[in-house]
Amino acid sequence: MRSFEEAQAAMWRDGLISGEMHLGIGEEGIAAGVVGNLVDGDAMALDHRSTPPLVARGADLESLFLEVLGSEKGLCRGQGGHMHLLAPELLAASDGIVGAAAPLACGFALAARHLLPGRVAVAFFGEGAANQGMLLEALNLAAVWRLPVLFVCKDNGWSITTRSRQLTGGSLVRRARAFGLRAHAVDGSRFDAVARVSARFIDRARRGGGPGFLLARCHRPHGHFLGDPMLRMLNEPLGQARQLGPALMQATLAEGGARPAARLTALGGVGGRVARLTLQYTLRRRDPLDRARALLAADTAAQIEERASAEVRAAARTALDRAALSQAGEGR
Amino acid sequence: MTVLTFADAIDEALASAMARDERVITFGEDVRLLRRNLLARFGADRVMDTPISESAFLGAAVGAAMAGLRPVVEIMLVDFVGVAFDALLNHAAKVEAFSGGQWRCPLVVRTSCGAGYGDGGQHGQALWGMLAGIPGLTVVVPSTPADAAGLMIASIDHDGPAVFMEHKLLSDYWLDYLGGASRPGLDFDVPPAGATGEVSGFDPNPLGRAAIRRRGGDVVLVSVGVGVHRAMQAADMLTDEGIECTVLDVRTVAPLDRVAIVEAAARTGAVVVIDEDYIRAGLTGEVAAMLAEEGVATKFARVAVESTIPFARHLERDVLPNAERIADAVRRLDA
Repeated sequence: MRSFEEAQAAMWRDGLISGEMHLGIGEEGIAAGVVGNLVDGDAMALDHRSTPPLVARGADLESLFLEVLGSEKGLCRGQGGHMHLLAPELLAASDGIVGAAAPLACGFALAARHLLPGRVAVAFFGEGAANQGMLLEALNLAAVWRLPVLFVCKDNGWSITTRSRQLTGGSLVRRARAFGLRAHAVDGSRFDAVARVSARFIDRARRGGGPGFLLARCHRPHGHFLGDPMLRMLNEPLGQARQLGPALMQATLAEGGARPAARLTALGGVGGRVARLTLQYTLRRRDPLDRARALLAADTAAQIEERASAEVRAAARTALDRAALSQAGEGR
Repeated sequence: MTVLTFADAIDEALASAMARDERVITFGEDVRLLRRNLLARFGADRVMDTPISESAFLGAAVGAAMAGLRPVVEIMLVDFVGVAFDALLNHAAKVEAFSGGQWRCPLVVRTSCGAGYGDGGQHGQALWGMLAGIPGLTVVVPSTPADAAGLMIASIDHDGPAVFMEHKLLSDYWLDYLGGASRPGLDFDVPPAGATGEVSGFDPNPLGRAAIRRRGGDVVLVSVGVGVHRAMQAADMLTDEGIECTVLDVRTVAPLDRVAIVEAAARTGAVVVIDEDYIRAGLTGEVAAMLAEEGVATKFARVAVESTIPFARHLERDVLPNAERIADAVRRLDA
């Protein structure tokens, strides 16, 4: 998963992948822990950060690369791209609309009850999505229909580039419980903890015990998407200050508007947001790979990582060749 | 007269409206970051971040507008309006009618739109045709910084709900955030005359008044937004072949400037409508219906989006209207 995301990031930076790039780096502990509990016939409703769970589920790496590279030989024939990866044989669908995974998973779960009893559906989404109406409606629907579904909320603390705490009333675990779901919080950087708790929820759902809600905290070092404006302020503060500062100062001093005190408070708010981010990104680095490595003998971990990254490198290389060929072949 | 980018023209127009009218407030996702200059000037009470809860905050904007504020509420991408469509379709657009004209809803929905940077079919739609079909909604799609400023002011001044659509190819920061435009070696077909231009001031442009961007006697190209620039490009190409085009920028899809469209069509006897929105049940068909209703005998063709917008950039390029497709359509009319 990490190797795939890094290869994807490099392709994006080289301009080979268009549009936005939302990486799942930092969420791998959650994907590994949950997906490890799935069996054939289980479904996944994914968000716009969907490659880690797809890789964990065994999606063909080359076909994923070809798709995000915009090749007609890709998973979705170049039509979907990285936010809209649809893999029917895996019953896995990603979606670029925040919160959409939750109702979709309810539908997958309903179909499972009719067509594949004992199978479950999992929804992956961020904590920012937990304020989306359709997601809250889906929690209720899952509860009243006792659907075999697990809602996995990946909480990195930021809704796009705004602190989630400033936008979210109450606690998400209590919110889910209020809808009648079993709910638990877990450290998402510990795949073993995620695996244990999600296994409990998934087994219960398989037996007809109803839906569960897992809140898994994580840290995403690349922010919302590559080129995240908040991370730019963190990584190149002087350049950003030079670029954005003059207009900001001019606006602060412009005639007409709020009283000076309110303006200073507002300006402080902009600074505070950056300070919060700095704090989080310096103090709370919890890499799920570190945890995974710690559970294995050092040389075993190194071997596994080398094997995985060699596999990803090979798939990426082939995909790049085939994508270049397909586009050159069309004369564009 | 100052030269401004498309994005700065909108923000400065909004700032001038906020400075003269305390009832104008703005909110949406990440707005305190995106509109930090407004935050610094007007304070946190008038520039607010929202949760990712479009149906709640767009619905709240309707209530706020009914109760005396003049909110400019942001739906980050127009594609996301699907999540909150009820607020527009069944509430904002209905207040005036339901109250027998006694209660108004002076709301501006500011939203980015448009494709051309390879972000897939859920982040690059135009959708102005669908919105314009709803009675009660004004739908504004500026193509230049001057119009962006003037139409933003007009949208704020307007006593009903207006959707103000900001094309991502014209707004540098959107192209940077969503297209990763700062990466080396990327090529976006940004129309220079749309991305930067002279802005003479912050007076309102009338809503529902088209602008003639170029005059020619053989055919009229009717379009809106980035399509206007594609039409200008096609007109340049066609001049070399001896075909002279008028380019009509309708500027607002609702209301649509019937008089200007009919006049230009009657003068040339040939109309091509260029639309980055879907071909069915949209601007192109609406123009055709207008011409038929007015009894204008004219040749007619349309160049619009006929499928879901593909992610792959070479496929996306073929789906969107471009100068070659427009020129071809004009040549076929003439044949």
